[in-house]
Amino acid sequence: MTLSRDELLEAYRVMRTIREFEERLHTEFETGEIDGFVHLYAGEEACAAGVMAHLTVDDRIASTHRGHGHCIAKGVDVRGMMAEIYGRATGVCHGKGGSMHIADMDMGMMGANGIVGAGSPLICGAALAAKVLGTRNVAVAFVGDGASNQGTTLESLNLAVVWNLPAVFVVENNGYAEATSNKFSVGTDSIADRAASFGMPAVVVDGHDFFAVHEAAGEAIERARAGKGPSFIECQVNRYYGHFEGDAQTYRPPGEVEEVRANRDCLELFATQVTKSAGIDSAALGEIDRKVATLIEESVVAAKSDPVPSAEELLTDVYISY
Amino acid sequence: MARTITYQQAITEALSQEMARDSTVIVMGEDVMGGSGAEGEMDAWGGPMGITKGLHSKFGDQIMDTPITESAFIGAAVGAAASGLRPVAELMFSDFLGVCFDQIYNQAAKFRYMFGGKSETPVVIRTMYGAGIRSAAQHGQSPYSIFTHVPGLKCVIPSTPYDAKGLLIQSIRDNDPVIFFEHKNLYQMEGEVPEEPYAIPFREASVVREGADVTIVTLGLMVHRSLEAAEKLAGDGIECEVIDLRTTSPLDDETILESVRATGRVVVVDEASPRCSVATDISALVAQHAFDALKAPVTMVTAPHTPVPFAGVLEDLYIPDAAKIEAAVRSVAGYTR
Repeated sequence: MTLSRDELLEAYRVMRTIREFEERLHTEFETGEIDGFVHLYAGEEACAAGVMAHLTVDDRIASTHRGHGHCIAKGVDVRGMMAEIYGRATGVCHGKGGSMHIADMDMGMMGANGIVGAGSPLICGAALAAKVLGTRNVAVAFVGDGASNQGTTLESLNLAVVWNLPAVFVVENNGYAEATSNKFSVGTDSIADRAASFGMPAVVVDGHDFFAVHEAAGEAIERARAGKGPSFIECQVNRYYGHFEGDAQTYRPPGEVEEVRANRDCLELFATQVTKSAGIDSAALGEIDRKVATLIEESVVAAKSDPVPSAEELLTDVYISY
Repeated sequence: MARTITYQQAITEALSQEMARDSTVIVMGEDVMGGSGAEGEMDAWGGPMGITKGLHSKFGDQIMDTPITESAFIGAAVGAAASGLRPVAELMFSDFLGVCFDQIYNQAAKFRYMFGGKSETPVVIRTMYGAGIRSAAQHGQSPYSIFTHVPGLKCVIPSTPYDAKGLLIQSIRDNDPVIFFEHKNLYQMEGEVPEEPYAIPFREASVVREGADVTIVTLGLMVHRSLEAAEKLAGDGIECEVIDLRTTSPLDDETILESVRATGRVVVVDEASPRCSVATDISALVAQHAFDALKAPVTMVTAPHTPVPFAGVLEDLYIPDAAKIEAAVRSVAGYTR
């Protein structure tokens, strides 16, 4: 699948935006100005960008607790996201969701989720709606290696096959469910093997490689749009930060993250490939880097000075309060 | 035009009329089409109570069987509701709500609030509750208080064929998640039900009997046990006002308080177990807001704090009956400080 220059630059922009957003949050979190639980997606950008390159605004995704990257790749407003994570009235969820429940239904983003594995059934529903309404939209569930062990995910794989749903399940296998290694928690050698046993195509790709993810996702999404049913993609990837911000990652061997950053960083791999073989000069990428840096800086400055929600907001957006 | 049909027929009619009115109303559940993939007659069963029998013939793909996979299909109903459909999911027994609780209380209930008002989840989960058919501990509970506790969910508990139809139609048209509790021992109850579609608004308790001496606040099957007791008590000159809550969330607190302020005496009758229940909730409401009017202690008639037993003799003891209600009312009516 050949990508145009514009498509390549857009993919780079998405990945760079996610990286800058997450690196900045990592720094800002340490100042103590951000409340609550924050789970960073840095290192996994190629998965979100590679899948979302094939989706329209009307296609739906369900995300995980590690949801910022999916939001950005799906087109959710970055300023509104930053404001949400700072708990501001200007946030995409009016400060009522926060990092772990960040969502924008208007953009087809059905939410980060505080419950591991909860997105898979929801995506069966979004896919069912697309099928019943005849929209040709697809729905994509992102789950982690941890959620691959949850009954909700396994049940959803079966239901998606039984109902022949236009759904795609993407497992971002970053090796650790919180602190526990998938070498312990996943009983099979390959999560994809499990999915295949439900009766759907299932592949394993290098999640650091945008092009590998993009190709696999393209096939799966095209298959779903054509009414041929669900598919499964296991993206093997690494996260650069802890399960949550503040996690010292004592369970990881020394040097593991440094090795990945040095040799398998998705942005570096992408930049090397497109400058070498797609005729894109590094100046074009540098221009994107500068624009993204400005956007993130402005988003943080704005979020810090934006108003917090008014007291009345406590009781709105629920049908009744006593 | 009204004619006499059963509670069960009223539910089927509400589903059928709403599916005809709006093609985004879909029905899903275990065996609801009569057994997909099996070689026998399709659409002849319609679930264990036969509620959905005949709907597949009329509405084709608007009704779909699911595997026994409550987390996945209740979650799918929720996700579909957030994506443009109005699903009615049949969860065979309300005891099975435990299997799919997360999709209801962490997902459906919270979307609207968590997402800053940018999401609606018009899903209905119809489910069968209650003791009385020897279905025992895992098929006989009345777990509506658990769902009443959760902000964002609506809980509907109809006690008559008329209410079942009107409240189900309202549930389907409502834009929030609704848990619709149907009592096993009410399905065969007959009553007058208009043929045409109609919706009964939520948060409107029904005063099913007027009386000046004691207020009985109740719901579901217990409405009928309470009326039975009230008839008997009337013979002895004790007039009960019987209030059928119809919805426990949203709760019509005004109707309850108005009645208690007039009678000064209240008995709450609930088929569920007694701690953190609808009965305790109503009792607290009355104590908090009508304390000055009370002439006697707020009294509850509930099941004991045990699982639902199997043996008939035990189950009969478990379920509040008219005699227990009558005794409670007599005690409250005769109370002097």
